[in-house]
Amino acid sequence: MTTTLETTEVKLALNLKELAADVVSRATHGGATAAECVVREGDEFSTTVRLGQVETLKESGSRAIGVRVFFGQRAASTYSSDFSAAGIERMLTSALELARITSEDPYAGIPEAGKLGLLSGNLNLYHEDVYSLPGPDRIDYARRAERAALEADPRIKNSEGGSFDAATGRKILANSHGFLGEYRRSYCSVAVVPIAQDANGGMQRDYWYSVARSLAKLDPAEQVGKEAARRTLRRLGARKVKTAHVPVVLDPMVARSMLEHIFEGVNGDSVYRGASFLAGKLGEKIAGTNVTVVDDGTISGGFGTTPFDGEGIPTRRTVVIENGILKSYLLNTYTAKKLGLETTANASRGLAGTPGIGPGNYFLQPGTKTPKQIIGEVRDGLYVTEFLGHGANLVTGDYSRGASGMWIINGELAYPVEEITVAGNLKDMFCNISEIGADLEFRGSVASPTIRIDGLTVGGE
Amino acid sequence: MQVACGWTGRVVCRLEDIKKARGHQNIVNATQERFFFDHYGLTNHDLELYLAAALSAGGDYADLYFEYLTSTSLMVDESLVKSASQGISAGCGVRVVSGERTGYAYTDDLSSQRILHAARTAALIASAPAKSTVAGFQQKAARSLYPVSLPSVDADISAKVELLMRADQTARGYDPRIKEVRASYADELRNILVVGSDGTFAEDSQPLARMNVSCIAKTDASSGRESSGRGTSGGGGRVALDFFFGDKTPEFFAREASRQAILQLDAREAPAGDMEVVLGPGWPGVLLHEAVGHGLEADFNRKKTSAFAGLIGKRVASEKCTVVDNGTMPWRRGSLNVDDEGQPTQETVLIENGILKGYLSDKLSSRLMGLADTGNGRRESYEHIPMPRMTNTYMLAGQDDPGDIIRSVKNGVYAVNFGGGQVDITNGKFVFSASEAYLIEDGQITAPIKGATLIGNGPDVLTRVSMVGNDLKLDEGVGTCGKDGQAVPVGVGIPTIKIDRLTVGGTAKRESGGYMQ
Repeated sequence: MTTTLETTEVKLALNLKELAADVVSRATHGGATAAECVVREGDEFSTTVRLGQVETLKESGSRAIGVRVFFGQRAASTYSSDFSAAGIERMLTSALELARITSEDPYAGIPEAGKLGLLSGNLNLYHEDVYSLPGPDRIDYARRAERAALEADPRIKNSEGGSFDAATGRKILANSHGFLGEYRRSYCSVAVVPIAQDANGGMQRDYWYSVARSLAKLDPAEQVGKEAARRTLRRLGARKVKTAHVPVVLDPMVARSMLEHIFEGVNGDSVYRGASFLAGKLGEKIAGTNVTVVDDGTISGGFGTTPFDGEGIPTRRTVVIENGILKSYLLNTYTAKKLGLETTANASRGLAGTPGIGPGNYFLQPGTKTPKQIIGEVRDGLYVTEFLGHGANLVTGDYSRGASGMWIINGELAYPVEEITVAGNLKDMFCNISEIGADLEFRGSVASPTIRIDGLTVGGE
Repeated sequence: MQVACGWTGRVVCRLEDIKKARGHQNIVNATQERFFFDHYGLTNHDLELYLAAALSAGGDYADLYFEYLTSTSLMVDESLVKSASQGISAGCGVRVVSGERTGYAYTDDLSSQRILHAARTAALIASAPAKSTVAGFQQKAARSLYPVSLPSVDADISAKVELLMRADQTARGYDPRIKEVRASYADELRNILVVGSDGTFAEDSQPLARMNVSCIAKTDASSGRESSGRGTSGGGGRVALDFFFGDKTPEFFAREASRQAILQLDAREAPAGDMEVVLGPGWPGVLLHEAVGHGLEADFNRKKTSAFAGLIGKRVASEKCTVVDNGTMPWRRGSLNVDDEGQPTQETVLIENGILKGYLSDKLSSRLMGLADTGNGRRESYEHIPMPRMTNTYMLAGQDDPGDIIRSVKNGVYAVNFGGGQVDITNGKFVFSASEAYLIEDGQITAPIKGATLIGNGPDVLTRVSMVGNDLKLDEGVGTCGKDGQAVPVGVGIPTIKIDRLTVGGTAKRESGGYMQ
């Protein structure tokens, strides 16, 4: 490739912060009793290299604006990608119009002025270096990662490619209580999806990746490629097993899904609707005494860190489960009011609709054992490296998912297994987390160390 | 970032009949032809200029995808209209293809300057002398699978609110044990224009509407045994608002969601292990979508990453199975007049009497593989590169009486409603999660069982289909499929079928067989 990928385009000089504040003020002048405006702007770059050749190259930027207005206790929202004066005007008019058809909801509204604010200091969320590599070097990062996987073993014969992605985003929030905040975040990642084939022609794929807010912190391409190859190769020759009741060990990539189920269970929106079996269980024991779960939106450089939440409230640290006792739900302003509690600053705001609830840096407190020790203590059991499907019902706790991984015999990973299910009930599963590893590592905003759960049914032949 | 290769049919629904062309009267062909010409002052000359910029560094092919999307969404929760939103999203994506390489850039600003910039960025994929561009655009004869006189996005919003309130009332009145009801409605109108350096010129105006009802049932604590259940139902298609005033009313969906939630209150543990499984008609067709549909998308087969690679002409199902993908069904959620590359959609036979016949292709795959373009090139929006995707995927009806199919099973599971599914393309393993299922004991449907995941192997699961019912149904029209981070609306369908052996992921100990403890 001889041309450069850099573009010299200068962004339209429009002050988006002023625009957000202006939209709020025009909404209130238009009769709204309260208003909130969000502006999002972002750039993305991605490339995939497959079998050494560039397969895709994508580079672009976009932005959008959304407004939420209140007439007393009635709310409505609109959004647009059209930043022209006419586009903004149309968005505002539609919002004011739309609020007429919604219902009076005594709990609706933006947060009280006294609760608004943002964390001070540099949270290390934005590093310009994610775009510092010249185009050809970005492609080379992906190519080197894929090559390391392909060269790791002759059985790696194919690939879905190596990829390198970079992105930056900016978010602005303004409301009619005078809040005006903004933050920028950056991100880059490298990933490889190798395909291995055994002597009988059976194929398996797996993947590995590294993700960071700064290019300086991204794992070397070769390390990612080798790990992807290792994870793929160990799946070759996978077999089915007989239905059994055995201990199940979840590797950190899949253990994370247990944290997501807990999140769904303590999400204020599910709680006030009674759509979670954890509703009404504050102060009660819902997990083993070894289980402590924390949500912390303030960790420097974290994937789940922001200076303020989707409603303009400073993020914080919340202990969700402490030694097995449910200490706090995760809430935004609306669900907190519904439950007679205080918000935990977990509001997440898209362009339109009412704010939802999202995690900060949300994790299971690590234990002391290594994954090897945890596996070593299992005589006969399953080590899960991948789940398939979405079979968790938070209303009833019923849990049933497809799985693949390795069978454990006498503390060793003996052979790969696939086409099996793992089933139980989340109410019991949270209480039966019998081991928690020391290997906590954030690869996103939700993280878990290796865990062992007892009492599950593994479905097979 | 999308690194896991997950394909999810998110949903909630139960089927009924294949919607025949509905009795709309006095239909004006509402296809907003020349939309981008009228609204953005676009001319053929501009389009030629943009394509020339896209091919300024060489390349085999370039195309432009203009999109103008308007959408509405409403939610009723606790009998209150808690959320109402509307939005507009517009943009243009420019693609340049050079051999197996694709360069892509997009802009949400439809000014000449920005589109040219996107075109030059996408052009960087190629590195050769500029190509001469199109001689002229050829607009193919327009088809009209979903003519609506008034797109639902433009319909009176209070009528949409009324639909949700009716659903809410019906669900709450269904049974005192229904404690929570949430009803939502969403519609959109997507105007697109696709032009390509090969002369492709296609415009379409694509309506889409759906409503959903979800309920939570709980027994009173005083009844002694605490139990809860959830139910969801919904439907829609590329239809106008009058669809919900026909036989698929809010009351219909509300009763269905309530029925499912109440049923769960008494559900037993599901069995675990291999057994006979009967799938009911309609939404259980998600089996086909996961087990074979994704594996037959041409991109995976071109790259030989699919478990189905090299199996054309081979037996992959029992001779009772014929599976098609059909993007031409009037009013259906998965249908399109043209795909997102401007190619007319079609009916494509994937499996005929058990023999694998073909793949679902887009422009890139068909050119590189020397196949016909089946019109399955789809994308989520102008921000995305198109790839082969399904439309409406279903199995043709067979000869068996559904009652006979049930009666033929001594000990098994009858699954009639599903949540989503997922497949690993490379090893062929797929799952789909039953949300409403029953035990079959001695040929009789008996107790309802709790939700359970079913898991199987795509390339051989259909070889164990021993009976195919005469009762083909399609789903109600709420399916969304995700691939490589892109979500597109799809449909599925199936008659009642019997699979002689499939793994059921329950928790109950079976009387026969038992566990290895």
